Amino acid sequence: MEYLIVTLIGVVFAIASLVLLALGLAIIYGMMGVINLAQGEFIMLGAYTVVLSSAHGLQLWVGMAMAPVVVGVVGLVVERCIIRFLYGRLLDTMLATWGLSLGLIAAVTLILGPSTEGVATPFGHVAIGGYAVSAYNLFVIAATGFLVALTWGVFNRTRFGLIARGAMQNADMVAALGIHPPTIYMMTFALGSALAGLAGAIMAPLTGVVPSLGLAFVAKVFITVTVGGAAIFSGTLGAGTLLGAIESAVSFISTPIYGQVAMLGCALVVLRFAPQGISGLWRRSG
Amino acid sequence: MAPVRLSALEPLLWGACAVVLAVLPFALSTFQVVQITVFLIFCLLAVSLDLSWGLAGLLSFGQAAFFGLGGYAYAILCANDETPGAALAAGIVAGGVAAGLLGYIAFYGRLSAMFLAVTTLVVTLILLQVLGSTADPSYHIGAAVLGGYNGMTNIPSLLPEPTPFFWTVGGLLFLLIVSGRLLMAAPFGRVLAAIRENERRVELLGYDARWHKLAIFALSGAIAGLAGALFASWGGFINPEVFSLAQSAQVVIWVLVGGRGSLYGAAIGAFLVQAMTQYLGSIGTAYTTLVLGALLVSFVLVMPNGLLPTFLRGLSSIGIRQR
Repeated sequence: MEYLIVTLIGVVFAIASLVLLALGLAIIYGMMGVINLAQGEFIMLGAYTVVLSSAHGLQLWVGMAMAPVVVGVVGLVVERCIIRFLYGRLLDTMLATWGLSLGLIAAVTLILGPSTEGVATPFGHVAIGGYAVSAYNLFVIAATGFLVALTWGVFNRTRFGLIARGAMQNADMVAALGIHPPTIYMMTFALGSALAGLAGAIMAPLTGVVPSLGLAFVAKVFITVTVGGAAIFSGTLGAGTLLGAIESAVSFISTPIYGQVAMLGCALVVLRFAPQGISGLWRRSG
Repeated sequence: MAPVRLSALEPLLWGACAVVLAVLPFALSTFQVVQITVFLIFCLLAVSLDLSWGLAGLLSFGQAAFFGLGGYAYAILCANDETPGAALAAGIVAGGVAAGLLGYIAFYGRLSAMFLAVTTLVVTLILLQVLGSTADPSYHIGAAVLGGYNGMTNIPSLLPEPTPFFWTVGGLLFLLIVSGRLLMAAPFGRVLAAIRENERRVELLGYDARWHKLAIFALSGAIAGLAGALFASWGGFINPEVFSLAQSAQVVIWVLVGGRGSLYGAAIGAFLVQAMTQYLGSIGTAYTTLVLGALLVSFVLVMPNGLLPTFLRGLSSIGIRQR
């Protein structure tokens, strides 16, 4: 029984971290139909914000609060300098963000060095029967739940969310109503970047922070978002649950590497039969 | 873009290139011959991407994966005492089969161009991790120990002498470009170009776009596999670094910088960028990556057609006619 609970927490943690990391990209993709290939590097920048602020004696929480702001501003600058010239050219946007991804990895390596930095995992452990579960993992699950609810609220309960969803469905109509869609795109891109930064900050105590940190996550994040499809919340949650469960199950019986391979295999099968992602399946019927 | 017509001057250009490739080894030192051989291998890889991206509009971010698989296939067969010729064929098959499988999922599932790019990139990244995790000697295929991030070493060469190897690689590149140009002007190439411009219209005219795309994508993967096998043979080693993000991006950068759709542009781009990387590599790898990233961003923003088409358009705008 206790063993079952511990295993279950492991699975839920895998799903939650997947959703947490993918949420920012899901918003950018859902909004603009663009995959930002530098999303992994935004996650890395968020993690470095925490590492650097802790190194300067600030509390972990302060660093975590700063990360979305810092990365959000980076996202804003990127949107103004690169992305806005490429709207409507999906592949070109991907290429440019790929270049940005390489550039950011190299720049961080040159400035901060290639060595692995880290911050201690707070909270210690919680005992469940004879097993110890890291309390921080529970925090990640809770934080993910909170962030998904918060973003859902922003998109479904605020005026900005209403306009953003409108621009997603029909940008011309939004423009006809007197709202400038590029401004909405800019804000959505910054929001998606900020969420990636926050995700990186939250994951920082669990991983060593290196300039190539993003690479460890991007494959999973891209799979989750493409399998999820264009519906931001239902798609990401659905894909995150499916892929996270498969990944943790396979990792459990073999190694994390094969967990990722199984996840990829599953994603390819899903995409073969549902090319719009799983949210395309229920969209068609609904 | 108008369909490709071979100009009457083009065979002359081919002849000139053939002569240059034939006599070049006599004018260079052995070191330079070896160096240029690897540049030519990268040209093969760049041209393979241009066949799918420039001709049919299918942008694969995983060309490096087909290259790497070809290299590993060559290395594994050689370690199992197969002849280098058979191993080279295995490299071609490995690249072609991998591209065929991915292409089948993408084209018969009617995934968008962007999904093709993401899927190929993800496959590459996962191959990097999978092959990187094979450090334990228990991971072996026959007598071939995969060796994790250290990769496989002591791979026998196809031809031990540098100059014959140079001619082989140069000859293959020459054959590829000439037959690629002929293919582009042939009905099959015309259909692919039409698919790039307007896929739905091509299908309404009764052509099977999926089959055409799958065929060129698998062919492109097979050529990348050939390049990978030649690369493993050239250096005598292969490691998972071939699947890294920087390596995959590099292939795309070559074609983007040189210019898509003519095959010549891709080869020129590979040569130029590789020469630059070689120079920057002597300063530090981080600088190379930084410059490659900046190159990618600025070419997409400023010169999305690449050097060769922009140069040719410049010529025609100042009154020199070109076809």
